[in-house]
Amino acid sequence: MQTFFIVAILALGFLVTFQIAKASEYVAVIRGADKARKQTNKINGFLLLVFLILGMIGVYYCNERLAGKILPFGSAASDHGLLIDRMLKITIIITGIVFFITQVLLFWYCFKYQESEKRKAFYFPHNNKLEIIWTVIPAIALTVLVGFGIIYWFRITGDAPKDASVVEVTGSQFKWEFRYPGDDKILGKKYFKNYNAVNNPLGQLWDDPANRDDVYVTGEPMHLVVNKPVKLVIGAKDVIHDVGLSHFRMKMDAVPGTPTTMWFTPTKTSRQMKEETGNPDFVYEISCDQMCGQGHWSMRGEIIVETQEEFDVWMAKKKSMYYTSFPELDPSNKKAPAIADSSAAKPVAMLQAGK
Amino acid sequence: MSEALHVHSGVEVGHDVHHDDHHGHHHQSFISKYVFSMDHKTIGKQFLITGIVWAIIGGLFSVLFRLQLGFPGQSFPILETFFGHWAKGGTIHPEFYYALVTMHGTVLVFFVLTAGLSGTFANILIPLQIGARDMASPFLNMLSYWFFFMASIVMLSSLFIQTGPASGGWTMYPPLSALHDASLGSKAGADMWLISMALFIVSSLLGGLNYISTILNMRTKGMSMTRLPLPIWAMFFTAVLGVLSFPVLLSGAILLLFDRNLGTSFYLSDIVVAGNILPNEGGSAILFQHLFWFLGHPEVYIILLPAMGMVSEILSVNSRKPIFGYMAMLGSLFAIAILAFLVWAHHMFVTGLNPFLGSVFVLLTLLIAVPSAIKVFNWLTTLWRGNIRFTPATLFAIGFVSLFISGGLTGIFLGNSTIDIHLHDTMFVVAHFHIVMGVASFFGMFAGVYHWYPKMFGRYLNSTLGYIHFWVTICGAYLIFWPMHYEGLAGMPRRYLDKSIWQAFNQFADLDKMITIVSIVVFAVQLMFVFNFFYSIFKGRKVTSTNPWGANTLEWTTPINPGHGNWTGEIPEVHRWPYDYGKDGREFIPQTEPISASESKH
Ligand code: HEM
Ligand SMILES: [Cu+2]
Ligand SMILES: [Cu+2]
Repeated sequence: MQTFFIVAILALGFLVTFQIAKASEYVAVIRGADKARKQTNKINGFLLLVFLILGMIGVYYCNERLAGKILPFGSAASDHGLLIDRMLKITIIITGIVFFITQVLLFWYCFKYQESEKRKAFYFPHNNKLEIIWTVIPAIALTVLVGFGIIYWFRITGDAPKDASVVEVTGSQFKWEFRYPGDDKILGKKYFKNYNAVNNPLGQLWDDPANRDDVYVTGEPMHLVVNKPVKLVIGAKDVIHDVGLSHFRMKMDAVPGTPTTMWFTPTKTSRQMKEETGNPDFVYEISCDQMCGQGHWSMRGEIIVETQEEFDVWMAKKKSMYYTSFPELDPSNKKAPAIADSSAAKPVAMLQAGK
Repeated sequence: MSEALHVHSGVEVGHDVHHDDHHGHHHQSFISKYVFSMDHKTIGKQFLITGIVWAIIGGLFSVLFRLQLGFPGQSFPILETFFGHWAKGGTIHPEFYYALVTMHGTVLVFFVLTAGLSGTFANILIPLQIGARDMASPFLNMLSYWFFFMASIVMLSSLFIQTGPASGGWTMYPPLSALHDASLGSKAGADMWLISMALFIVSSLLGGLNYISTILNMRTKGMSMTRLPLPIWAMFFTAVLGVLSFPVLLSGAILLLFDRNLGTSFYLSDIVVAGNILPNEGGSAILFQHLFWFLGHPEVYIILLPAMGMVSEILSVNSRKPIFGYMAMLGSLFAIAILAFLVWAHHMFVTGLNPFLGSVFVLLTLLIAVPSAIKVFNWLTTLWRGNIRFTPATLFAIGFVSLFISGGLTGIFLGNSTIDIHLHDTMFVVAHFHIVMGVASFFGMFAGVYHWYPKMFGRYLNSTLGYIHFWVTICGAYLIFWPMHYEGLAGMPRRYLDKSIWQAFNQFADLDKMITIVSIVVFAVQLMFVFNFFYSIFKGRKVTSTNPWGANTLEWTTPINPGHGNWTGEIPEVHRWPYDYGKDGREFIPQTEPISASESKH
């Protein structure tokens, strides 16, 4: 019923508009096309000026309404995020000035130089000096932007500090899985053909000793330590995903077959963010930013940023994937032998994994 | 003389003879005149009308997915009536949503703004403005349209297959688009998408080669390259861009077809999909992105340049003033065409691209803003101290400049890799390219249609409807896309059909509602334009003079309804550049008028 009404109203509105439009064409013919044209010309010239003024008010109003909904520039929750915020600010100022000047000139000229009997158009085909000036000025402005941009870019994409902690993030339709390297601080090798939904979701190679203590986490937030650089090693199992961390202003694609990395230092704990945003339920979110199939929009993960002590308490409760998959080898289940001998029980997966 | 369509006369392509005012054709059947026509004007109209049909379809898709975005979860029973299991219970199924988004992008970028825009105006304007009877090869020109038509048929059929059309986004990144199990749209729909694109590429190569050779070889006497009107220069660079970059997309598409159907591993490696371990190793998913964007970035300029050219012409004619800085306009077109090939990786800053390479692409990308800025300043100066007539075409041209400024400036955010880390694949990108490419090019296209409609059909469009069309569309475009930047600044990813589960992104519900409502209004007004278009072909006010806008270029020296061959007598000779408006106190001096001894120099 509602749809019917909407369609009916649209049709009616259309009909009325069309009749008016046709009538005005006839009237124009009767009154003299030239006179009618001059009148509409005045109306449109005036409307262009109105559009400029309302438009500028609109830009201001829009900013008032919406600026509060985004994490304010300068309050990004990571060190790299602050650089990005600064770059954004510089860019907004420079482009804002250009935007204002050019739009004002455009609509003002249209209004001012609308057709009039009193004026003759000024024959002005070119002027080298002007043209050089407005080639050089944008070039300088852009050099400034490129300069800052590239300095920040290299800082952000440069090598992670040696003491950075490492977390592996793996995307797949439509979830995130994390792996912590454990005490040896080394992520064990993996090979996708070792994948097994039940006991080896990441395809770890069990004969790599570095894998023994790697902790697998999924279905709960990733935990990070505040003020400690972290390097994310990012991959995907099926299609391309993207680890988007809007509060940290960071982002990196997760590409099957080609691991990528990204590092940053979270600077605010989740608790601090709750206070700062006045939202007791605040969470850091991981969004998938690369179209990855029908669940793309719901591919959500969470991050908790906490102190080292809190992190240690959380980590202490975790068991490595190796011992979860092979509980009989877990020293805490058996009295002896303390360390599983890799030749004692060869996991099935290893037989296939030649590499 | 306009009633004389069916009267015999002797004008054939290449013949300069003519008998009287009557011109038409010997024994032309309906089929050879309107269907398999080799007349560039008819082919242009075919491109335009097919483009309009596609624009309605593609626009309707966007209204549908905007309904989902503005009113997530709400049921619209009418959707189930039309789309069955794709919209069970009246809500849009996610697969359906992504299919709509993908088809919207593909259709508008390729079928409407490439074929419908440059196909139309290259065909109509090139021979008319350079003074040629037709294209270098009218036959290939006809084939170009029919390949486009076939591409359209294949794409259209893909909408009706069981598993639906392609749904991996208009960029069709593998592995998503390569793996049958990754999504419904990656089954038969993706193959049809690729086949359709291959046909489309053939069409645009045939068209492009024809445009280039026509412009280079078939100019009338006196029409040196620097006397060409700017739309022709723009079409020329457009064609060059297309000819050099479309083959790369073709190769990318063919490799993807192989990966999909023949078990090759160009783009595939280390994949476990839907629980199955695939055998592929050693491919690179990123390779496709390089191939895609090597076309994809020039493609956005393929869409924009013709609009720029027409806007330059229309602004000059209607401000009764020469275009300011003709040579600078040419130079900047040239610079844009070159740079367009050197910036593609700015779409890939966060794919794991080598940071040094990234910084080179930042430099080249921001460099392209310089010629863009030059063009804007030149348009502004063209308006300065003019005597501007606000025809609907002029208004759309002015709107184009405004949108190009807005969207070009947001390009400077995205071209800076540092900022792009935050903004990549967010709604900010969507806002950027809709303003600068989508809406701006549409404005250029509308300007062209309003301006050259009298040449195409011998009648005027209703200008009151034209004014309404302009004002609603420009207000709507800014209302829709300006606030969208804020969603992007908040980090909201693109292609999210429901944001309610996201704490960071669910605060824009009101905004999304507003955008949806405005886009429905804007869509309705476009339908009004379409109505105006078809109505005026038959019932519009008739054109009574050959040169209704008082313009200098050659198309206005042809009869009101030119037959095949365009000029009834000899093709006129050209003596000057096309922009002598307001010179020596004369309102306009057509290109055909010899330079007089007393004339001032410029
Ligand atoms: C001042 C000049 C411009 C610059 C610096 C610029 C820069 C960029 C950058 C860096 C991106 C990638 C953003 C991302 O995905 O993260 C982008 C996207 C895009 N730009 Fe521009 N741009 C400019 C002008 C244009 C023009 C003139 C057009 C079209 C006529 C255009 C069309 C597009 C399109 C279609 C996309 C998005 C493609 C997609 O991901 O679906 N841009 N632009
Ligand atoms: Cu994903
Ligand atoms: Cu680009």
